[in-house]
Amino acid sequence: MAAIVEIEQVSFGYEASRPVLHDVNVRIEQGKVIGVMGQSGCGKTTLLRIIGGALRPSAGTARVLGAEIAALGTRELYALRRKMGMLFQFGALFTDLSVFDNVAFPLREHTRLPEAVLRDLVLLKLEAVGLRGAAGLRPSELSGGMARRVALARAIALDPKLILYDEPFTALDPISLGVVARLIRRLNDSLGATSIVVTHDVAETLPFVDYVFFMADGRVVAEGPPQEVARAKVPFVEQFVHGRPDGAVPFHFPAPRYASDLGIEAA
Amino acid sequence: MLARLRQPFERLGSAVMSRVWRLGFAARFFGYMLMHSGTAFGRFRLTIREIYFAGVLSLIIILVSGLFVGMVLGLQGYETLQRYGSSEALGILVALSLVRELGPVVAGLLFASRAGSAITAEIGLMKATEQIAAMEMMAVDPIARVVAPRFWAGVISMPLLAALFSAMGIFGGYLVGVQLIGVDEGAFWSQMQASVDVRNDIVNGVIKSVVFGVAVTWIAVFEGYDARPTAEGVSSATTRTVVTSSLAILALDFMLTALMFTGGNG
Repeated sequence: MAAIVEIEQVSFGYEASRPVLHDVNVRIEQGKVIGVMGQSGCGKTTLLRIIGGALRPSAGTARVLGAEIAALGTRELYALRRKMGMLFQFGALFTDLSVFDNVAFPLREHTRLPEAVLRDLVLLKLEAVGLRGAAGLRPSELSGGMARRVALARAIALDPKLILYDEPFTALDPISLGVVARLIRRLNDSLGATSIVVTHDVAETLPFVDYVFFMADGRVVAEGPPQEVARAKVPFVEQFVHGRPDGAVPFHFPAPRYASDLGIEAA
Repeated sequence: MLARLRQPFERLGSAVMSRVWRLGFAARFFGYMLMHSGTAFGRFRLTIREIYFAGVLSLIIILVSGLFVGMVLGLQGYETLQRYGSSEALGILVALSLVRELGPVVAGLLFASRAGSAITAEIGLMKATEQIAAMEMMAVDPIARVVAPRFWAGVISMPLLAALFSAMGIFGGYLVGVQLIGVDEGAFWSQMQASVDVRNDIVNGVIKSVVFGVAVTWIAVFEGYDARPTAEGVSSATTRTVVTSSLAILALDFMLTALMFTGGNG
């Protein structure tokens, strides 16, 4: 199957002395829902930002929808982004616009559709996320889950080929969480898109993704279909999936011996 | 020992380098914003909306301040002029003080604290809540869509606010000088009309207010766009906008006054 994202030997650091990604290899096939999982600070959001073209790798190549990210100028990057949608951690809705205008925003910016057609399209997208009735509300009147769904409607407004999700389940109640998870799967399949979900929520993510990458310390430590990876004897994955406090990721931050710190160690 | 001696110089050098780098970034930002101002004019309703927020919502503070500054000028001016028997020249004093200096400068300072701070806080918060990043991911240039309309709205609003400040100030001077103290009304207006020159006084005042408008709004949009995306970052960016643009107004005012009103012009 054709790869829609190909990350080869990609390294990146915000500062040269502190690399965040080391030789990362990721291949994502068209039509799949992919989970990228790992602890906070493991580099998964950085990887997502590289795929979205917000960051350029310091080494290696990142090809997205057939384009080499590092070689793109601003104009070409913006042309590529028209084929992408992104859901931010807290929705990132425009607070000065209504729900309707938020979803209409990309359509107004990139198309010259008559207002009547645009209205129908926006209502269609809002209906897909179950919030057609909230079209007239302001973002401040929405719950966290509703805001995330509106942001999802906005992300799919231009029928993207690739949808990026940055921690879509953060701070959601169980009902909203289930709704968002089902929507990610359903919208991906109905649009024929490819979705990349960056998250650390294991229980909610593993059941609906097709393939998963586990990351630790800026490296991909395991990958495969969720059931296979969950069964694999990779210490980090075992600890992460079962939420064990100690293991590959130690409970204690590196420190001198406790007794020595307390001054009670025998000389 | 040598390393300890070297440390303060390294810190100084690093601070200077970072300031120079930031100044260069601000200049590049300004150039990029000017080049991407097409949206601000092509979709002028975006700019009109910002004129409402930056200009119309600043009207109350500008008009009330103008009135009181004019009233104080009327009182103080009369007090001094009547010692020399020239209290009829009160109209000239009030008008020239306002049109040449106080109108552009005080309106600029008020504009910086009312509208400049609001622009910085709004753009900074948009950055902190990832609205700017979301716009970029939707292939919409935030400098063209968010920054340029706010910049041009500030540049358009500032001279209008300064003119209204001066007009209100002259009215305040008239209220105190003519209505309260009893200076001759005919002398007040006719001397003002005879002595205030359109080219040397009014146009120069307008030029000042345009320059202040550019400076304040440039600083405000830059500080907002460059703010650290945290509550503390937005707060310090807002403070920097007010402090830097107030100092910029006073420094630019001195330079412009030296260029405009010396050498026999004034």
